[in-house]
Amino acid sequence: MSNSDRFSLSMRLFHWGMAALVLSMVAAGLLMVTSLQPWQLTLLNIHKAFGVMAILLVTARLINRLRHEPPALPHELADWQKTVAKASHWLLYILLFAMPVSGYLMQYFAGRPVDVFGWFRLPAALQVDIHYYALFRELHGWLAVVLIGLIALHIGAALHHHFIRKDDVLKSML
Amino acid sequence: MRTLYLALLLAPAVSFGADAPPKVSAQQFVNLQQGNSAFPGFRRAHAKGICISGEFRVNGQLADYSQASLFKAGSTPFIGRLSIAGNNPTAPDLKAPVRSMALSFASSRTEQWRLAMNTPPVMAVADPHTFYQQIQAIQAGPAAIKQFFADHPESDEFRAWAAQYQPSGSFAAETYHSINAFYLVNTDGKQQAVRWAMRPTVAVPATESDRDNALQQEIAARIAAGEVVFDWVFTLADPSDDETNPTKAWPDNRQQITAGQLVLTGTTPQLEGDCHAINFDPLVLPVGVKATADPILRARSAAYAESYRRRAKEQLQGALEGSNNE
Ligand code: HEM
Ligand code: HEM
Repeated sequence: MSNSDRFSLSMRLFHWGMAALVLSMVAAGLLMVTSLQPWQLTLLNIHKAFGVMAILLVTARLINRLRHEPPALPHELADWQKTVAKASHWLLYILLFAMPVSGYLMQYFAGRPVDVFGWFRLPAALQVDIHYYALFRELHGWLAVVLIGLIALHIGAALHHHFIRKDDVLKSML
Repeated sequence: MRTLYLALLLAPAVSFGADAPPKVSAQQFVNLQQGNSAFPGFRRAHAKGICISGEFRVNGQLADYSQASLFKAGSTPFIGRLSIAGNNPTAPDLKAPVRSMALSFASSRTEQWRLAMNTPPVMAVADPHTFYQQIQAIQAGPAAIKQFFADHPESDEFRAWAAQYQPSGSFAAETYHSINAFYLVNTDGKQQAVRWAMRPTVAVPATESDRDNALQQEIAARIAAGEVVFDWVFTLADPSDDETNPTKAWPDNRQQITAGQLVLTGTTPQLEGDCHAINFDPLVLPVGVKATADPILRARSAAYAESYRRRAKEQLQGALEGSNNE
């Protein structure tokens, strides 16, 4: 495999770093909304703080993505498959933005300043708006479901390339 | 979506210890609170209430203990809510065993503080899973709750309080307790465990009124006629006190500091006021106040969020339209 068949080092680092972050965020989110255990508050605060970090990371990542050409998809892929692959990747980027932004806006309209590791706090509305809170709370939940589905599809496709089609798609990200 | 999440989470949720009660989730807890027929758009607990507004006039005595800007000079406005325990937004005021006060201080865009306080000084139980069983027992009737208390000696102090408690004729004449302990943190990073109470400055004898809104009408008239004042009194724990156990009061001789006066100057029916939109989650804290590890306190954020989420969604879908909370 030649170098141009592979994602650049920065892209690979962003990819695996954010994969770990987002999977932890999803797991933390699902756990904390159901748990009454004493660690719930700690997990909630970590979720929000890392979520704010995710906005910064995905912005940097997108800039990096626009400055680097990713390796071409295998020629053997049908056009529709290429289209689905590309569309799903852009949808993932959109969700990586929409998740933390909806999370923050939900807190903003509920009048809950977000504390980021005790370093600084993000502002919240002085007057609570329950309609906008409801909107962004439901959005955060539904987008999470779409994100989980898309991640499952994404992992499935990577494994399909590697084990069934036996091409270099998965290796290009390793 | 809920079912998917619950299925994903069932594995960690069902763990049984020898004496430990089965673990319940925030959803199970709120389901129990709302009962078989929820009131769409209303809180699943403390559903009946009235909005209040006013200001906190600080005296500066607590500034050495906490860096929260509220305790520095001046006065801070608040929005609050006086309520009764229970899931029914039209329940008769005088039948409720517990009365409550909730406050929201929006000091700045990065500093907000929410408080939710009740008339008893202690809880009957020390963790949310046992609290769930207590509510089940209350719903099952007098025999079940008697048995529950017999099985739970940690409820002694609560029962002693309940046996001597005389409800007054006004929201203005009750004492509202934080019950759970918090830490005050000063600019040196020094931590002090505290509980607090809003102490009334008037006494009002019990009323025989048979009106459902007796307490709401009384407080609205009283505040319309003049300010209603409470002293905000903090009790400082000794190192020997357990700040994580909400069933045990600290000894009477602990140092107490009055931080200032809470002055109520206005009331509004809850659906017309600003308080209905607020989730008075006591874990929304300013810099300078921190949560203790009290398991009851730690359970409140997730449960309040679940109730808030349900009622906010229902309200978005129009559940309260045409409703006048009468
Ligand atoms: C990559 C970013 C993020 C991901 C993947 C994520 C994921 C999730 C998930 C899966 C849930 C559970 C959803 C549900 O029960 O419906 C959740 C809940 C939540 N998230 Fe996020 N989240 C992210 C960022 C944020 C940010 C930046 C904030 C706020 C600053 C935030 C605040 C919250 C809150 C407060 C809840 C719980 C709400 C409640 O209890 O009602 N999230 N999140
Ligand atoms: C594990 C223990 C507890 C649980 C699960 C719980 C649950 C709830 C829920 C679900 C609500 C409705 C929230 C909303 O929709 O806005 C609520 C309201 C309230 N709770 Fe609790 N609670 C607990 C302990 C306490 C304690 C210890 C106190 C008093 C110190 C308290 C005082 C209040 C008050 C005053 C309100 C009404 C606030 C308002 O006016 O909006 N709760 N509670």
